[in-house]
Amino acid sequence: MYLGKVIGNVVCTMKNPVLEGKKILVVQPLDRAGKPKGKPVIGLDSVGAGAGETIYWCRGREASFVWYPTEVPTDCTIVAIVDRVNVKEKGTTDSHR
Amino acid sequence: MLIGRVIGEVWATQKQASHEARKCLYVQPLNLDGSERGEPILALDAVDAGVGDRVLVATEGFSAMTAVGRPNSPIDMAVVGVVDEVEVVE
Amino acid sequence: MQLARVVGTVVATRKDPRLEGKKLLVVKTISPTGEDDGNYLVAVDTVGAGAGETVLIVQGGSARMAAECKDRPVDTAIIGVVDAVRLDEQPARVAATSSRK
Repeated sequence: MYLGKVIGNVVCTMKNPVLEGKKILVVQPLDRAGKPKGKPVIGLDSVGAGAGETIYWCRGREASFVWYPTEVPTDCTIVAIVDRVNVKEKGTTDSHR
Repeated sequence: MLIGRVIGEVWATQKQASHEARKCLYVQPLNLDGSERGEPILALDAVDAGVGDRVLVATEGFSAMTAVGRPNSPIDMAVVGVVDEVEVVE
Repeated sequence: MQLARVVGTVVATRKDPRLEGKKLLVVKTISPTGEDDGNYLVAVDTVGAGAGETVLIVQGGSARMAAECKDRPVDTAIIGVVDAVRLDEQPARVAATSSRK
């Protein structure tokens, strides 16, 4: 999974019928410092995420398993809204290997 | 599989039921010389790893889902081992 | 499938029980001409490969198709030891610079 931030949404009238009623969001991947990094991706929402929220998403075929056994054509699904990320600061020594 | 270092944990209240009761680890992939490679990824924990551990991450769905005991769920990466030692001969 | 060279081993005591007894090798992916492309992977050995040997690896769900990896959390498997790679307009390059004793 990857950390990202919801920066927008996509509206499609003509789409695969299975996608009807599902929110399509624009997600900006984040780096370790929480800064935008890389190109935005388009993902389906499964947890009620909205603009400005930090989320994590699942990539690949696994992304469609949210709706298992329904086969949903998605390769990116938002699976959680992140409350908090605890990150060890860069350069600090490890207490153990 | 790739080798990474657990650098943190992620908390989420609102999430897929299949992710509940599983630690979500923030893992920095490493090169063989121990330097950092690319951006960190999130993997569910299957072996009770913690921050600072050097770990083995499975990056394929079936492996990840079954390792954390949640088949047919949206899980694409899981920590499946804690690395004791990496021996590189060349 | 991809060509790779075995460069080391990984030891992990605490791991998924389905990985127990499996040899975990560090492999560097290489081009058909033998150049290292800077990437590495940890793969499960199914053929008894050793350090220095050129091997054939499969990635993703296909890795579990190898008999020894069925229903195990394996995303990269070594499925062959390469004897030689022959490219058009080039003499056969003997791939395996085996250091096996």
